This record gives sequence, C-alpha cells and structure tokens, in this order.
Amino acid sequence: MAVIIETPNSPRTKKQANWEKYGWLFMRVSGPLLIVLVFTHLISNLVVGEGIKAIDFAFVAGKWADPFWQVWDLAMLWLAMIHGTNGMRTIVNDYAEHETVRKSLITILWAVCGLLVLLGTLVIFTFDPCPAGAAVELLPSFCPVN
Amino acid sequence: MATIPAGTLYRGRVGMWSWVLHRITGVGIFFFLLVHILDTALVRVSPEAYNVVIESYKTPIVGVAELGLVGAILFHGLNGLRVIAVDFWSKGTKFQALMFWAVMAITIVLVAAFTPVHLARVFGE
Repeated sequence: MAVIIETPNSPRTKKQANWEKYGWLFMRVSGPLLIVLVFTHLISNLVVGEGIKAIDFAFVAGKWADPFWQVWDLAMLWLAMIHGTNGMRTIVNDYAEHETVRKSLITILWAVCGLLVLLGTLVIFTFDPCPAGAAVELLPSFCPVN
Repeated sequence: MATIPAGTLYRGRVGMWSWVLHRITGVGIFFFLLVHILDTALVRVSPEAYNVVIESYKTPIVGVAELGLVGAILFHGLNGLRVIAVDFWSKGTKFQALMFWAVMAITIVLVAAFTPVHLARVFGE
C-alpha cells in the first residue's frame, strides 16, 4: 500500500481529532516532568547514602511505606512508559517500509506499554512490605518480628 | 560548469547529530525501562527473588554500564529541553548549536562527578 504524503503547506483536511498534535504536545509536557521525576529517583537511589549498595527489598519496602514515593513512582511509571512508547512509535513510523509491518509493530508497542503499566501499577498498590513467612533479616525494620 | 556532488551525507552538523543521539539514547532508555519495571515487579514475588536479581546491578560489568545509562538519561533529558526551546523560544533556532554544546558539557561534567562515587561503591569491598 502506497503511503500518501500531503504537500507540507496544504491545510489540514481531515475532520478527526489531531492525535499527532496531541502526541507531539504530550512529549513536550511529559519530558520536563520526567526530568524532575527521574533525576530525583536517580539522586535518592544512586547518589545519597550508600547508593546502589543499599538497594534491596527492605530499601524498596521502606520507600513505598510512604504514599509520597508510591505516587512518585506511579507518575514516573505512567509518564515514562507512554513517553517511551510514543517515541518508539515515531521511530517505527520513520523506518518501517511496509504498512502491515508498521501497524503490527505499533500494535505490539502499545500492548507492551499497557501490560507493563498495568503490572507496575498493581505492584505499587498491592505490595506487602512484610510478607508472611519471609526471613526477618530481609524485611524493613518496621515489620513485626514473627 | 557542472560540479561533482560531494557525497550524499546530510550535513546537518550538530543539529543532525543531536537528533541521532536523541534517538539512540531514547531507544536504549526505553529497553532499560522495560527490564527495570520487570525486575522491580519481583518485590511482589518474594524478598529473596528481588534481592537475587538486584544484586546483578551491583556487579562490576553492570555497574560500569550504569554510568552509560545515567549519561544517556542526562543527555536525553537535557537535549529534550533544547528541543522544547527550539520549538517554543523565539531565539531557539539561533542558539540551537550553542545549546547542544551546553547539553554535552553538563552531561560530561555530571557523569564525571558521578563516576568516582558510583565506582567506589561497585568495586568497594
């Protein structure tokens, strides 16, 4: 199937919502938000304290005991996945030569995005910092000693 | 008099190379993000499962690769701000090359500052 490229200076003729424009705008709104979210994430996890050496189950449990970090990580998850998937979609649109390949890749991209956003959201909100039967030394200090 | 064309490489200078780097770093960060959501999801399996996998992030090879990841995130984020400036700031196109070098300078300085701190932890005891 041939791809029809409109003359760049011709006015928009389609009557539907301009999804390309909203996608373009989303990248420019989510980008600066992600800079704040991701760099705070990197500083708190890799720079302060013992950095990467301190990261284990108890570290994550300690962070998610605070709703602040739950909301922080949730916002980062959603914005980063949609921003990244939309960026990958742009690249697929640039390089995929066959229409069926292009459409298939974009469908796979959004399916993966949906699955990982759902998985991550469920993990953040159903997470148990003190799972029964787990070794006490692996758990955060606020867990009751069984 | 006809002249021979000097090759077909698009000579967009730093404007082109920033675009190339933005794509490469973006794709790299995207695939890391997929892995990172999956490894973090292991906290829902068991403390042991999460700890075993997160230990691999503290090994020398992955530890050094993390410097590349941090550098890629820094470049992509800062260059993204440059793209926004080019799109929305009236002087954006005039200063786009200067802003590219500012992005590179800030990225290099911050990676250079982070490297000894991070590697001391990765290679320390």
